[in-house]
Amino acid sequence: MVFASNVDRWLWWDWIGRNTDLIWSSLREHVILAAGAVGLGLLISIPVGIAAARWRWLYAPVLAVTGVLYTIPALAAFALLLPLTGLSRTTALIPLTTYTLLILVRNVVEGLDGVPGDIKDAADGMGYSRTRRLLRIELPLAVPAIMAGVRIATVTVIGLAAVAGLLAIPSLGNLIYIGQNRPIRTAITVGIVLSVALAVTADLILSLIQRLLTPWARVRAER
Amino acid sequence: MNFFQDIATWFNDPSHWRGDAGIPNRLLEHIQYSICAIVAAILVAMPIAVWLGHRRQFGTIAVNVSNLGRAIPSFAILVLGTQAFGLLELPVIGSFTTFVALVALAVPPLMTNSYVAVAEVPDELRDAARGVGMSERGILRRVELPVAVPLLMAGVRTASVQVVSTATIAAFVGAGGLGRYIIDGRAIFDNTEIFAGALLVAVLSLATEISLGFAQRALTPRGLRAELVTARAAAVVATPIPDGKVGL
Repeated sequence: MVFASNVDRWLWWDWIGRNTDLIWSSLREHVILAAGAVGLGLLISIPVGIAAARWRWLYAPVLAVTGVLYTIPALAAFALLLPLTGLSRTTALIPLTTYTLLILVRNVVEGLDGVPGDIKDAADGMGYSRTRRLLRIELPLAVPAIMAGVRIATVTVIGLAAVAGLLAIPSLGNLIYIGQNRPIRTAITVGIVLSVALAVTADLILSLIQRLLTPWARVRAER
Repeated sequence: MNFFQDIATWFNDPSHWRGDAGIPNRLLEHIQYSICAIVAAILVAMPIAVWLGHRRQFGTIAVNVSNLGRAIPSFAILVLGTQAFGLLELPVIGSFTTFVALVALAVPPLMTNSYVAVAEVPDELRDAARGVGMSERGILRRVELPVAVPLLMAGVRTASVQVVSTATIAAFVGAGGLGRYIIDGRAIFDNTEIFAGALLVAVLSLATEISLGFAQRALTPRGLRAELVTARAAAVVATPIPDGKVGL
């Protein structure tokens, strides 16, 4: 039974060779979902985080709402959106974005809170306006905390985007789904390996970006 | 008939409340998988992590464990487990694959948060306890653990919600639980069943989150309750905030 053994193989190069199109498009969709979710998440979280850091009473309700959104299981969230948005990228993108909010908002606020008071006083003394102080002093100093949040959100979302494959929304999870259902073990291997590799690569790239965004941290390390 | 009437009809159908495929049985399966897994994970992870936190040793490993856990999709652990163990059913815990996958999923956040919770107890408190002559075990039991409760319980809450979420996906590899309605509905393109299942799952997750929130509050010493606001988010992130100091 040559055929059955091929299906059972964890690495069947022929299958990979014949399905490069499927593998590439799944990887591409996965990257689009993850990057889109974190990008949209940042667009929402930075202004919300700035507001919550300035008006303290906002912080608890914001964390409560984003906490509830974080609680809804990915599969349920995708399924709840099906009647509205169908089997589209949007169906996956909306919940994935909401999952990043708890992590990102919290790190934006904690990052802004961590800016030492004497630095803010110095900026005030130099005649910085409130907005200019925020943009030129506080946000740059919050970058390490914000980037730590971005890295965690990215890795989390890459893991969760696989679940979309269960509802036949294209992503690396779709390969795992195909592998389990047909069954072709190689498809499972490819889906998992690419998903983990994507998470690790994204984390590395983001840590490089973080270094580029905070040149002062390097200067301090060299001293 | 519009979609929401369909959903109401689905919930009103008595056949959906009876037997193995009925809502009560699916709910019980879901709770059974979740409780067994979370209890096992707490027994495995918490004693070690709390002790390491007390000693403040192996912090890098304890923190990185959860980042590693995040990178491997829980869905993948379930599928790999099914390939390895098949559909083995055991008494008490139910599907063995589901149990293993859910425990593997719950250990990293419990590990990291329990470690951080105890390790970040302020030095002054320990020093004071030592100064009044408390033993190491006494310091752990009567000083560090009570102070660590908000974050310890936030870790339990985060891990539990994650376990309940992932128990949904277990239906895909042949286990029971509320996820069955989503997976079975998907197989026959029945949007009503998918939506009804998703509603049940979402309600169960929220109920878990809220009831553990109350437990967390009840266990937290009164003077520390202000920390509860941020503890949940801190447990999800599970990494200390890097400082943005300029190096002046």
